[in-house]
Amino acid sequence: MSNHSPLQFKNRLYYALVAAGGLIVLIGLYAAHMMEQHGHIITGMNNQIVWGAPHVFAIFLIIAASGVLNVSSIGSVFNKPAYKARAPLAGLLSIAMLAGGLTVLMLDLGRPERIIVAATNYNITSVFAWNILLYSGMFAAVVVYLWTMMEQRMKTWSKPAGFLVFIWRFILTTGTGVIFSFLVARQAFGTAILPPMFIVISFAWGMAVFHIVQSSIYTWNNKNLDEYVQKRMRNLMGLFVIAALYFVATYHLTNIYFAKQTEFERFILVSGGVYPLLFWAGYVLVGNLLPLLLIFHPSFGKTGSVIVASMLIILGGFSLLYVLIIGGQAFPLSIFPGFETSSSFGDGAIGLYQPSIPEIMLGLGGVGISFLITAIGIRVLDFVPREIPKSP
Amino acid sequence: MSDINVQRRQFLKTSVGAAAVAIAPGILLFDMAHGKTEAVTSKVRWGMLIDTANCADGCNDCVNACNKENGLSGGLSQTDSQWIRKVDLKDMRTGRELSLPMMCQHCENPPCVDVCPTGASFGRADGIVLVDKHLCIGCRYCMMACPYKARSFVHEPLHDQKADVPRGKGTVESCTMCVHRVDKGQQPACAEACPNKSILFGNLNDPDSEISKKIRTIASVQIRADLGLNTGIRYQGL
Repeated sequence: MSNHSPLQFKNRLYYALVAAGGLIVLIGLYAAHMMEQHGHIITGMNNQIVWGAPHVFAIFLIIAASGVLNVSSIGSVFNKPAYKARAPLAGLLSIAMLAGGLTVLMLDLGRPERIIVAATNYNITSVFAWNILLYSGMFAAVVVYLWTMMEQRMKTWSKPAGFLVFIWRFILTTGTGVIFSFLVARQAFGTAILPPMFIVISFAWGMAVFHIVQSSIYTWNNKNLDEYVQKRMRNLMGLFVIAALYFVATYHLTNIYFAKQTEFERFILVSGGVYPLLFWAGYVLVGNLLPLLLIFHPSFGKTGSVIVASMLIILGGFSLLYVLIIGGQAFPLSIFPGFETSSSFGDGAIGLYQPSIPEIMLGLGGVGISFLITAIGIRVLDFVPREIPKSP
Repeated sequence: MSDINVQRRQFLKTSVGAAAVAIAPGILLFDMAHGKTEAVTSKVRWGMLIDTANCADGCNDCVNACNKENGLSGGLSQTDSQWIRKVDLKDMRTGRELSLPMMCQHCENPPCVDVCPTGASFGRADGIVLVDKHLCIGCRYCMMACPYKARSFVHEPLHDQKADVPRGKGTVESCTMCVHRVDKGQQPACAEACPNKSILFGNLNDPDSEISKKIRTIASVQIRADLGLNTGIRYQGL
């Protein structure tokens, strides 16, 4: 009997965790219901900050969903066995986060019940409309990819399927970046650096999510991660973090150089209150410097440090998106260059935004959906990485 | 003639009469609902010329007229709709001050129409940019894309709407150039209400219209002309 009790305890713990995830999802759905009933008046969003906290959550999840597939691409496309063993888990995480992010995005619509209109009336010049195809295609491609990996008879197709996913997620993250690149008049956006920046950022965030889930699975199953694999994956994550920081730095340095953009950069980096704070403390310090220290300093780098580093990278990611999306809208549009402006509609004024509880609950609900899909997926199907001994 | 035949004729007559009485109002309503049958044409491009020199600082008559015409609350909170607003400007180098009305600029190449996923944002052939309230899913991408901050999102349930001006909670809206008035041959409410006649409304495509003659002879500008959107609203004295 005594042998059974830890197993029983684990079983109960599993159901408790799933129930907790389900509760968060329910609270998120309730928040969406309230938003639909009362209107967006119960959120912090307004006519100046039109996209708020739900979009930060949704875009984080969608970017990470694309980035986590890097693990499978390195396995399938570049033939690294250590990563190949992890490809199914990466695929599951991708589907889970994509589902969570899209649910948030959909439920934040002013008229979520009309979502079908997005399929029946399609505007080909809209990048949002393109993304509807890219996101649904991504689901399909990853499901096919998972099938080819898990079904023995389909194994030969797993490489082409992996290649399709590899290409598709590049286009998908480009599409997500282009949502902002195509905004001609907003000083924070309207630049072609955003899609490649989003792609590189996705590698770092996806890897961070993967590390946390992988470590949790190994701890749960009392398994130890092969040290060589751990080192490889940890260093790769560090490299992605540095590359992402490079893109973010280039974006801001280019802006600083343009006289017409310096006011905006001063706002985001120096004078804008919560935005510079989140940028420097949230993104640069917590999201980059501390994780890099934990990854590369000789006295750290063990599993515990890597998990903490991954969590910090995710926190940094949320900070960066908050600054980019909400800070980018808070800075007033330059409608009359050369003039000081004022009006009853916020012309020339910094937009005010305070995220409200319902919209945060909606965002967390999306994270809950991702958690549930992952937790149930791992339980019912074979997603746990099986180590191939002596990885080259 | 037998009694049965007479009765049958009587019955048929009554039935036809009853059917006519039942259908007639429907046909009339159908005609009323469809309004004018001829299509909007691109031979017309509706536009406005706003004379900022005549626009009085502190005067809000155009804004009030718009609110009244379109059934807007007139509230000024960050979540209230404002289809037209007065903007006070001060030249940062010379200190020159002016005031002007700002609304949807009814671009020929509107960014809101480009980005709208469902085609709810659309430009009519006569240059008026509108939102189809039945297609709008409330994603607010058009508000992100508009360079003029012209659009508002309906944040709360609405009451007492105007029959001619459909609006809806959870959808985006903006100046319609009073399309319901223009289609009846009237002027937009703001143009009619301006005490100084600072808003000149007319057909930019008709070389003999007052607005076309005026923009040929005086200097007028489009706001953010650098974006190449070719706005239907022009400003004089900016």
